[in-house]
Amino acid sequence: MPDNYKPRDHKDIEAAVQWAIAGGKSLEIVGHGSKRMLGRPAQYDATLDLSGIAGIILYEPQELVLSAKAGTPLAEITTLLASNGQELAFEPMDYGPLLGGGQGLGTVGGMLAANVSGPRRIRVGAARDHFLGVVAVSGRGETFKSGGRVVKNVTGFDLCKLLAGSWGTLGILSEVTLKVLPQAKTEATLVVFGMNDSTAAAAMAAAMAAPLGVSGAAHLPDYIASRFDDLDGAEPSTVFRIEGLAASLGDCVASLKSAVRPFGAFATLNEAASQRLWRAIRDVQPFWANGPCGDRPLWRISTAPSMGYEIAAKISPASQLFYDWAGGLIWVAPPVTQDCGAGEIRHAVATAGGHATLVRAPAAVRASFDPFHPEAGALAALTKRVKENFDPKRVLNPGRMWAGV
Amino acid sequence: MPVLMPAQDDVVLKRRQKIVRALRNIVPGEGVIDTEREMRPYQSDGLTAYRQIPMVVVLPRTTDQVARVLRYCHQNGIKVVARGAGTSLSGGALPLVDGVLLGMAKFNRIVEVDFANRVAVVEPGVTNLAITQAVEQQGFYYAPDPSSQIACTIGGNVAENSGGVHCLKYGMTTNNVLGCEIVLITGEIIRLGGKHLDAAGYDLLGIVIGSEGLLGVVTEVTVRILKKPEVARALLIGFPSSEEAGACVGGVIGAGIIPAGIEMMDKLAIHSAEAFVHAGYPLDVEAILIVELDGPRSEVDHLVERVAEIAKQSGATSLRASTSEQERLLFWAGRKAAFPAVGRISPDYFCMDGTIPRAMLPRVLLRMRELSQTYGLRVANVFHAGDGNLHPLILYDANQPGELERAEAFGADILKLCVEVGGVLTGEHGVGVEKRDLMPVMFSQADLDQQQRLKCAFDDKGLLNPGKVFPTLSRCAELGRMHVSGGQLPFADIPRF
Repeated sequence: MPDNYKPRDHKDIEAAVQWAIAGGKSLEIVGHGSKRMLGRPAQYDATLDLSGIAGIILYEPQELVLSAKAGTPLAEITTLLASNGQELAFEPMDYGPLLGGGQGLGTVGGMLAANVSGPRRIRVGAARDHFLGVVAVSGRGETFKSGGRVVKNVTGFDLCKLLAGSWGTLGILSEVTLKVLPQAKTEATLVVFGMNDSTAAAAMAAAMAAPLGVSGAAHLPDYIASRFDDLDGAEPSTVFRIEGLAASLGDCVASLKSAVRPFGAFATLNEAASQRLWRAIRDVQPFWANGPCGDRPLWRISTAPSMGYEIAAKISPASQLFYDWAGGLIWVAPPVTQDCGAGEIRHAVATAGGHATLVRAPAAVRASFDPFHPEAGALAALTKRVKENFDPKRVLNPGRMWAGV
Repeated sequence: MPVLMPAQDDVVLKRRQKIVRALRNIVPGEGVIDTEREMRPYQSDGLTAYRQIPMVVVLPRTTDQVARVLRYCHQNGIKVVARGAGTSLSGGALPLVDGVLLGMAKFNRIVEVDFANRVAVVEPGVTNLAITQAVEQQGFYYAPDPSSQIACTIGGNVAENSGGVHCLKYGMTTNNVLGCEIVLITGEIIRLGGKHLDAAGYDLLGIVIGSEGLLGVVTEVTVRILKKPEVARALLIGFPSSEEAGACVGGVIGAGIIPAGIEMMDKLAIHSAEAFVHAGYPLDVEAILIVELDGPRSEVDHLVERVAEIAKQSGATSLRASTSEQERLLFWAGRKAAFPAVGRISPDYFCMDGTIPRAMLPRVLLRMRELSQTYGLRVANVFHAGDGNLHPLILYDANQPGELERAEAFGADILKLCVEVGGVLTGEHGVGVEKRDLMPVMFSQADLDQQQRLKCAFDDKGLLNPGKVFPTLSRCAELGRMHVSGGQLPFADIPRF
């Protein structure tokens, strides 16, 4: 029995799932494998490599729509879009270097299965918000489609949303359709120096409450800021990105300066420096596996923006961390301990609201402490029923998110 | 009006008195209505062609009451239809003769406004506009703005994934809701999402939004609020043909501009609206566009110039750019009054709601004109042009024998045409009962089965809003059966790595 299959087309995917169902086998679903180390480590009978199901099917810039086979490299899509002045507005991050892999890998299917986004999430949403249509194969070995190729559509249940972020546990994506948007013509970043975490949270709230369309708001404590060449010295730096037209960007930056003036001294980064900075924030470069914190575990905490610093105050002061999403996304690298910080982080998040994902940890830790936020009661039961109705024999990535799902 | 609803359950109907008593124990006082006269206001929603007096109306006040009502109905096999303000245009809240009509109007409190996190937590019976009114003093608003926003409730918006004229830039309900409390048919209460941006686990919130009352009853909603843009300006542009208007929309978006709204109206809609509200629309054109740009003032002023250039290149014969808020609102006045304006020139009309890839507009309009001839019925078109969402208004007179049926057939042909050119049956009004039987035009049986399996995960007895969305309701046990074809699979020729 072969361990690895590389389907060539949709029919091969159906055949693989049918085979797994008939033989009581489990399948690991991978694209490029760039996020393979995220989630519960599980033993699978075979791996389904979807990187051969590739190619852009349709791209109509004026209709703001692109369809591709799920194994299409994300880089191919972003390059094509950029050549037309367009982009995936949710700014998908690259998990590769964070998890010890290379840069620039990943498929569009993997991006959607993980519902990836980036700093612009605060303004335009995540992958789920731009996922218009899908053809997928369920764990029953049956093909189904949902959605369409138009941006406004309420016909039937929105299964795209459910599949986004389901990490291959409900269906195997085969073809996907995305909403694409024009790139901003230019950008600049305003840096405010010297704020502690709680003041920074207030400053970020003030900036987000200004009618300027701030498209990135992050706070970098001194030890993180010092690793960025474009930031000056070793002061905590709170950074705000403004994007727009060359003709009006200056006015917007001036308005933003007025909004944050009470919070401290500031500097402005030009377009090139701003792009470098936000790419590094997007890809969580301070915590890359090959960097100074590379041996530490890594958590991703999503919470209400005003609660971010309160969560941070409750976890080990030896942790390194920084905030994105105006304070609502915290990347935390706690010191190496037996539970990789699971106990105190989960406790802090339970009080504040939100959820925490253990993005990077040794396999043994990911096996003992749920890397995905644990569910309980009626919600956990509902999650299981959803899984059963898509994948009754549990052949698709079983146990990747939670045991028994 | 014949519409096939699920067979009535005589066992339930025989126990009606007992059921009413049990419900009164849960929701005391005037919260249970069982006289025909008092139930009449609930017999239909905005799609008044379909009417049905429910078995009983229940108006709960608390989540606990909702949970107990649903648990009772689940235990006793009683169907439940939830209702907000009843403004659905697709019959989503049409009652059932043997069902409980669960009216959520008493859930009308704004629970919390949290400016620091830019969210509002509200009960589902709060109207869409009331959310904006609760936050506008601080310069904020809630973005989705369906045309019924004065009356429609956020609970109904969640059920229908409502849109509005600003969706292209600001998204639909699903892109603006961060969390919900919902009660399952079993009476279990679950919370999905919250004030944070990405919900944990499976995106059940994304599934509940737009599920048309088939998965659960929403008892609390957390919405994202946005700061009002510094300025909004609109252009009113006339074209000698809808093709040229369509080309202008493509040109604007192709130039990298995402307007806050782009609306198109055809000649009949323009003339009806102008006669009604005197907005100053040009009457010697075949189509107008209203293009609205919002954001920081210097950006908006620049973009207004760019759009004007593109419009001229696309063949515009008239163009005005608003220079005051009053003028901007005047441009919109005709569009916003388009439906009642058409109501003045025709005894009845159907409002359709398909979405098409925008480039298909000329083809679809041409075919619509042909169909209009074939059916002998006029059609006026208003169109959310930016996102391809068509609202053809089919004019008919229900008092003329056969006209209603002709209008319905005309409407079905338009929606089939939308699917044929790569579009969908409904952009924002929902499937409900209206488009239920057209679902197979867009979806295969396998597609519909998988959607219904999701329903089974939430509502295994199929008690929540049956007869809506799906043309046939399959039993969950049947849907769960697996047909495995022997497992003799052609792996020999699958490449390995």
